[in-house]
Amino acid sequence: MINKYEVIETNNMVAHENLDVRTITIGISLLECIDSDLNKLNENIYNRITTVAKDLASVGEKIEREYGIPIVNKRISVTPIALVGGAACKKPEDFVTIAKTLDRAAATVGANLIGGYSALVCKGMTTADEMLIRSIPKALCSTERVCSSVNLASTKTGINMDAVKLMGEILLEVAEESKDRDSVDCMKLVVFCNAPDDNPFMAGAFHGVTEADAIINVGVSGPGVVKTALEKVRGENFEVLCETIKKTAFKVTRVGQLVAQEASRQLGIPFGIVDLSLAPTPAVGDSVADILCEIGLEYAGAPGTTAALALLNDQVKKGGVMASSYVGGLSGAFIPVSEDQGMINAVEAGAITLEKLEAMTCVCSVGLDMIAIPGDTKATTISGIIADEMALGMINQKTTAARLIPVIGKGVGESVEFGGLFGYAPIMPVNQFSCDAFINRGGRIPAPIHSFKN
Amino acid sequence: MESNAKKTIITVVGKDTVGIIAKVCTYLAENKINILDISQTIVSGYFNMMMIVDRSGSEVSFADCQEALNKIGEGLGVDIKCQRSEIFDMMHRI
Repeated sequence: MINKYEVIETNNMVAHENLDVRTITIGISLLECIDSDLNKLNENIYNRITTVAKDLASVGEKIEREYGIPIVNKRISVTPIALVGGAACKKPEDFVTIAKTLDRAAATVGANLIGGYSALVCKGMTTADEMLIRSIPKALCSTERVCSSVNLASTKTGINMDAVKLMGEILLEVAEESKDRDSVDCMKLVVFCNAPDDNPFMAGAFHGVTEADAIINVGVSGPGVVKTALEKVRGENFEVLCETIKKTAFKVTRVGQLVAQEASRQLGIPFGIVDLSLAPTPAVGDSVADILCEIGLEYAGAPGTTAALALLNDQVKKGGVMASSYVGGLSGAFIPVSEDQGMINAVEAGAITLEKLEAMTCVCSVGLDMIAIPGDTKATTISGIIADEMALGMINQKTTAARLIPVIGKGVGESVEFGGLFGYAPIMPVNQFSCDAFINRGGRIPAPIHSFKN
Repeated sequence: MESNAKKTIITVVGKDTVGIIAKVCTYLAENKINILDISQTIVSGYFNMMMIVDRSGSEVSFADCQEALNKIGEGLGVDIKCQRSEIFDMMHRI
């Protein structure tokens, strides 16, 4: 039987170490909504989402109450809209009407965010894909909850450099559209290499075409819990360090597994995966960078950071895999800058650069995340940064992503406030040397040799 | 499974005062909630109690029980939590 100390430990994790379930995300297939009439399509989408996800918020709150575990977000991901809207949309503005429908549906069911305003263009762009991409600036600035992602590369297909070039331009357009709000809409847009079909985290969540009609995916969190556990093993060797992370990750993930099973049962929607990612927030004691410091670094970014992050990520997976029947999504440690107070401190202290962050993305689950850069950065330079990140993912057979925020009207030395869970970010310097000729070549980078495994 | 689903952990944390256990137990008895296990300690003047109870014989819903215990806690100046037991089983048992 459960003893008092175990109960106290669990409740302390919630009360003092920011243990929470970061998100319950319902993935909903919209393929059945497809119609060549745009109005009918929008109506079908609205009805489908508001039917399948109608109890999302209430079930989330009920689970929160009964188990005493906070569930921070209730979200929805849908089939990439480029696929759903292809038959009905004749111009980018038509796609924007779908974005508005998604926004309205998400608001109706009380979802914080809805992801899937997406296109999968890792090898080539269809006409619909390109129209969707060109509609992203208008779609994001005329909606509140819609998140957009574009898969630009994969290990199997290589990198679509035409799309990489286009996304550099689109990102600047999104920044321009929301320049009166510090280009904040850019945080609702992410580009991927090897995007997973079952990611519950935003902005990159979409319901892949490999998925069933509807599915529950859960993202856990708990950097504070890991940090607190590590405080007790200061000075111990790596074996003890790794064991401690693994055991803690197990406990954190079990909570996610329980919530996923309960949500699945109560909503009558099958359980998909638990995403093991350690997701930080700007709250004090909820930082991945602080874990790196606890491992033994003065600041995130100091020499040794990549090794520390590699071991952290690996131990989180080893502990987490045992705790859940299905693991998926991004599963690893997130290293966003603005959403992590320890990371912000590192930037302000001059301890971490864009290049070091790039190196860190080789060994963790995501990529360059929530990084504010000067608003006068050229589109080709942004495309160059994206291409580098895509290459890391492609060659290392892992997911990588880039969520950059070129802040129009601001430069290095200034900072930008996103509010709430998104935090604030000091603007980071970008390498000023040109990659124009590289980006302007056009075409695609072929798949790497190790993709030919057949 | 059903009886397990009705197993609930009640924790009381706060400044020690007369009649905490009495008030909580009276509520539980009145509502046919059976106490399976109870343990308490006082750490530097702070009262720390944990109860495992079985709600299978009770007609009170989880939410109502939780709310009633919250009210009792407010009256006593202590924090009373009422949680389904699975979260602890999951976290601490393989």
